[in-house]
Amino acid sequence: MKRDWLPLALLAVLILGALPLVASLPIWITLTVAGLAMGLMIFMMASGLTLVFGLMDVMNFAHGVFISVGAYAAASVLLALKGQAQAPGLAANLAAIGAAVLAAIALAAALGWFFERVVIRPVYGDHLRQILVTMGGLIVVEQLIIVFWGPDLISLPRPTALTGSFIFGDAAIERYRVLAVAAGLALFGAMWLLLNRTRIGLLVRAGVENAEMVEALGYRVRRLFVGVFVVGSALAGLGGAMWAMYQESVNVQMGMQVLVMIFIVVIIGGLGSVGGCFVGALLVGLMANYTGFLAPKLALGSNILLMVLVLLWRPRGLYPVAK
Amino acid sequence: MLSLVGVNTHIGQYHILQGVDFDVPRGSLTMLLGRNGAGKTTCLRTIMGLWRASAGRIRYEKADIQDLKTPDIARLGVAYVPENMGIFAGLTVRENMLLAARGGAPDPKRLDWIFGLFPALQKFWQTAAGNLSGGQKQMLAIARAIIEPRKLLLVDEPTKGLAPAIIGNMIEAFRELKRTDTTILVVEQNFHFAQTLGDAVAVMDSGRIVHLGRMDALVADPALQAKLLGLSLETHQ
Repeated sequence: MKRDWLPLALLAVLILGALPLVASLPIWITLTVAGLAMGLMIFMMASGLTLVFGLMDVMNFAHGVFISVGAYAAASVLLALKGQAQAPGLAANLAAIGAAVLAAIALAAALGWFFERVVIRPVYGDHLRQILVTMGGLIVVEQLIIVFWGPDLISLPRPTALTGSFIFGDAAIERYRVLAVAAGLALFGAMWLLLNRTRIGLLVRAGVENAEMVEALGYRVRRLFVGVFVVGSALAGLGGAMWAMYQESVNVQMGMQVLVMIFIVVIIGGLGSVGGCFVGALLVGLMANYTGFLAPKLALGSNILLMVLVLLWRPRGLYPVAK
Repeated sequence: MLSLVGVNTHIGQYHILQGVDFDVPRGSLTMLLGRNGAGKTTCLRTIMGLWRASAGRIRYEKADIQDLKTPDIARLGVAYVPENMGIFAGLTVRENMLLAARGGAPDPKRLDWIFGLFPALQKFWQTAAGNLSGGQKQMLAIARAIIEPRKLLLVDEPTKGLAPAIIGNMIEAFRELKRTDTTILVVEQNFHFAQTLGDAVAVMDSGRIVHLGRMDALVADPALQAKLLGLSLETHQ
C-alpha cells in the first residue's frame, strides 16, 4: 500500500528547522529529546481517545479523569513502595515503577469499563448528550479523587535510578525522558503490530471506518466498543502514571490540564488515526519545547497555531480515516 | 427461504414500510424493483436488522429473525451488499476479504473462483480499496459477500453508477452465482439487468409490494411493465 510520507517530512522539517534557530547543538539535542519524550507521553494518553472517537463516534470529555486516576494510582503505589523506589538499585526502582504502572492501568481500565456501561452506553449516537454526561462524569470522578486522596497536590519524587541526566558532550538528557521515549516507542510498536497484524486490529480499523458494515459481516461491534474503551482508558492511565513521574507531582486537575493538548493531537492526527495521533503528538511535544525555549510567551499558543496550520493544509488531519 | 409478512418499518417519524409481504424462494434470484423512495433499500436493511421492524414477521429458514441483531442475522448465513458498497477504503483488498471470511483465512479454491469472476481483485490484491474504481469497488463488495458460502445474499443496486461494460461483467458474475446454492435478493433500478437475471420479481411502491410474480411474465407483458414501473426505471436496452 502506498505510504504518505509528507507528515513525517513535516516532522523532520520541524526538528531540523529548529537547529539554526536554537543555535546550539547541545541545547537543540536536549530540547529535541525533551520534545520527543513529552510527545510520546501525550501519545500514550491520546491514542485511546482517538480510537474511541473514530470507532465509537463518542466525544469523551471525561478522558482526562482516566489520566488523573492513573496518576493517583501510580503515586499511591510509589509512595507505598518508597523503600524500593528510593533504593539505589535499578532493579528495585523498576519493580516499584512496574507495580505503579500496573496499578494505574488496572484502575483506569476498571473505571473505563464502568464508565462505558453506565455513562456512555445510554448516549451512543447523541453528541450533545455525550458532551453533557461525560462532563458530568468528569466532575463526579474529580470529586471522588478529592474524597479519596484529598484536594492538595501530592509530591512524587522520581525513583532514584531515573533522577539525573546522561551527559553527551555538552548535552544533558534526563534519564526519565529516555525511559519515556523508550516506553512510548514500544507502545507505538505494539499498537502498530496489533492494528496491522492481527484480526482484532483489522476489526478495529474497519470499525473506525464503518461500524455498521462490520456488524453486517457478522461481528459484534458492541463488544469491540467496550474493549476499545477499556484499552483506551488503560492507556490514559498509563500515560497519567508516566506524566505524574515526569511532573513529580499529582493534582486533581492534571488530566484536564493535559486534555487540551490531547484534543489538539487527536484533531491534528485525524480522528481515529493512531498513526496520525503518533505524528501529531510528536509535533505538539517538539513544538512546545522549541517555542518554550525560543519564545516562552508564545509557548501556550504555539500548538494552537500548529493545529490551525495543519488543518489549513489538511482539513481532516494528517492521516484522515476514510469514512 | 425468506418470507416477510406484514413488515412495517419506521425511521424517526416516517412510516417507510407499510405492511410488506413477499417470499424469496430458495435457490432463486428475486428482483425487488420500484421507483426511488418506494422502500426497497429500507426493506433490505430491515431484513438485515440494520433498521428494526416496528411490526410484522421476517421468517428465514423457519426462524423469526425480526428481533435478532445484525451480527446474529449475518451468522445465520445472510450476506449484505449495501447501496454504497460498504467497502473499507483504508484497508487493502486483501484485508477487506480477510475480514469477511469469518472462518479464518479464505479457502484458496473459493478465492480462485472469485478471482475468476473478478480478475481485477487479484491484480489489486494489496491495493487500498479506496483507490479502486467504482466498478472494482462493486466487485470487491460482492466478492466480500461471497468469500464464504452464504445461504442468502442481499444486494442493493449493484449496477448503480457503473459503465455498461462493467454491468456486463456483473451479469456474468451473477449468472455464475446462480449456479451455486445461494438464494439472492437484488434491489435494482436497471430493468435490463433485472430481466436478464431475475427468476422472480417483486415491485414496491409507497412502502408496499404492489406486484409479485415471475420475471419472464413481467418481461412478456409491456403493458404491465408500463403500469408498474412507468418512467421510473432506467432501461439501458
